[in-house]
Amino acid sequence: MKGFSWSRWIGIMLKEFIQLRRDRLTFGMIIGIPVMQLMLFGFAINSDPKSLPTAVISADNSSLARSIVAGLKNSGYFRIVREISSEAEADRQITEGEVQFVVHIPENLARRVVRGERPALLIEADATDPSATANAVSALSGIGRTALAREFTGPLARLAPLPDPLDIRVHRRFNPEGVTQYNIVPGLLGVILTMTMVLMNGLAMTRERERGTFENLLATPAQPVEVMTGKLVPYILIGLLQVSLVLLAAHFIFHVPMQGSLLAIYAVVLLFIAANLTLGITFSTLARNQLQAMQMTFFYFLPSILLSGFMFPFRGMPGWAQVLGNLLPLTHFLRLVRGLMLKGSAAAELWPDIWPLLAFMLVVMAAGLRFYRRTLD
Amino acid sequence: MSAGDLAIDVQQLNKHFGDKHVVKDLSLSVRRGEIYGFLGPNGSGKTTSIRMLCGLLTPDSGSGTCLGHDVIRDTAAIKREVGYMTQRFSLWEDLNLRENLDFIARMYGMRERRRAVDEALENLGLAARQKQLAGALSGGWKQRLALAACMLHKPRLLLLDEPTAGVDPKARRDFWQAIHELAADGISVLVSTHYMDEAERCHRLAYIAYGNLLASGTAASIIEQQKLSTWSVSGADLAALAQQLQGMPGVAQITPFGNTLHVTGRDEQALAASVARLAENSAQRWERIQPGLEDVFIALMEGTAQS
Repeated sequence: MKGFSWSRWIGIMLKEFIQLRRDRLTFGMIIGIPVMQLMLFGFAINSDPKSLPTAVISADNSSLARSIVAGLKNSGYFRIVREISSEAEADRQITEGEVQFVVHIPENLARRVVRGERPALLIEADATDPSATANAVSALSGIGRTALAREFTGPLARLAPLPDPLDIRVHRRFNPEGVTQYNIVPGLLGVILTMTMVLMNGLAMTRERERGTFENLLATPAQPVEVMTGKLVPYILIGLLQVSLVLLAAHFIFHVPMQGSLLAIYAVVLLFIAANLTLGITFSTLARNQLQAMQMTFFYFLPSILLSGFMFPFRGMPGWAQVLGNLLPLTHFLRLVRGLMLKGSAAAELWPDIWPLLAFMLVVMAAGLRFYRRTLD
Repeated sequence: MSAGDLAIDVQQLNKHFGDKHVVKDLSLSVRRGEIYGFLGPNGSGKTTSIRMLCGLLTPDSGSGTCLGHDVIRDTAAIKREVGYMTQRFSLWEDLNLRENLDFIARMYGMRERRRAVDEALENLGLAARQKQLAGALSGGWKQRLALAACMLHKPRLLLLDEPTAGVDPKARRDFWQAIHELAADGISVLVSTHYMDEAERCHRLAYIAYGNLLASGTAASIIEQQKLSTWSVSGADLAALAQQLQGMPGVAQITPFGNTLHVTGRDEQALAASVARLAENSAQRWERIQPGLEDVFIALMEGTAQS
């Protein structure tokens, strides 16, 4: 960037720090919002999503096995997206969140049913978001019986009166007890950061405009890039402070497990903070006063909460809503942070949700620099 | 006079806000080391003009230079060499005095920042109160701080937008003292004001109303140009007299000045005749005086308001 001055950049950053330190209300908000939201959202939020993506590993190609798969489909809860052959592949799919369930159909299923052996049907469920899987799981036991009832005709009719021809075992992965807080608390990280980062930074610039100090800033040789990025730094630190608060609460109050590395979590958090801050500062270049900046923040905040999978299971939404949801940074951040905390995802598994964050940030930053007013026109 | 002697040299600057034509064909030249007064009623385009000169607003049309830099293209260079003091206090009220000055010094990338800030605080006489928040200062002190801030980077041109509005007479006198010292050092100053006594302290003046530059030059030449004749009348019942004068031939304006009335008009003979008629049988004392700047500016202002 032509004429970028680190000295000016540091000056802007220091000024922002000093002003922030003297602004008691904002400071209270930084601590108050995470604490309050943690307390409020400790309660579960439930829903009943259907058509959850499901993979099938079938070691048995009998008509009976096919009826079971058809039965799963007919229940409405399961949408069979693919048939896979290896256990490793199944594991990868569920860890990356490609599918919500993996149905394992064991060898010789049909023969063993006919013999009345009650063979086990294993269903792995991604239970990071327990509300997303709960109803599907409870529908399972009925499926076995109704799906097979049609097969039990003729010589097999003797099997029909048996209580349950299959032994359906559900393996809840990543969150075996289905604790809602495991899902909500990591999600709160994202919600709190979205709210405070966009808002505070949105106010930072419009405050200058409202108090008339922007004219003074404009009259100096300070460059837009210096002003925009210099103002970000203090908020990045605040964001990290909030994250630490929530993580501590997650560990000590809600006992959320921590599968991934703390370092990776902070790295992902930094990326997410940066994306939100650039949005905030872009809002503030568009808004004429603090009230408008606040309105824009809420306009953005509401869909973030509703469509990101924080409030309602992402897979429970119609396709168009999922497309919208995928445009929001919070959606990707939630997958990343839940993946890291509950699944211990590896870097390669995170990439599909990292690049959308980067892309979002670049687009928004470009817009911000485009709309930053170098003059008072 | 060569272009090098001019701190500001702009021609035909225009600015619109929406369909309001705020500044019309403004041409202005300010010499180096000159204190140039910028006068005109509220909303006449003074602030907009000043903002165009220091790169805060882009003129819709026109051209010119400020300290030799193009006012349209070289705004970055202009910002480095110009000190601009806004009409409204625009330093950070939640920073203390030292922090404000230090921030400004950083923005201009000053070397030996600390010493410059120390000196500025010392000159202001505020070294002892440097930890006080700028928002807690009284109006007069805010103006001084703002002036110190806009001079911190040793600009060659100061643009001061109503720097003394709401400041007490003693502080105003000190302020002008400082401005004259700066001018003596070769710094050029463009200052907008509503005060006539301040106008008279400027080397040259420009009078702008509703976007038009109506008069410019030294105070004496502006008075000369307008060719007004003014009578001063004192005595009893001036209010009744003022009523009577209204609409008489030659009378353009009647302005009370303390215990006297100034009666001014452009038609010298008609006014003299009117005065003679009134003076015949009254106890009031009439006297022909030299019109002052204020008479001239009020005449200019009323002239444009009517047109």
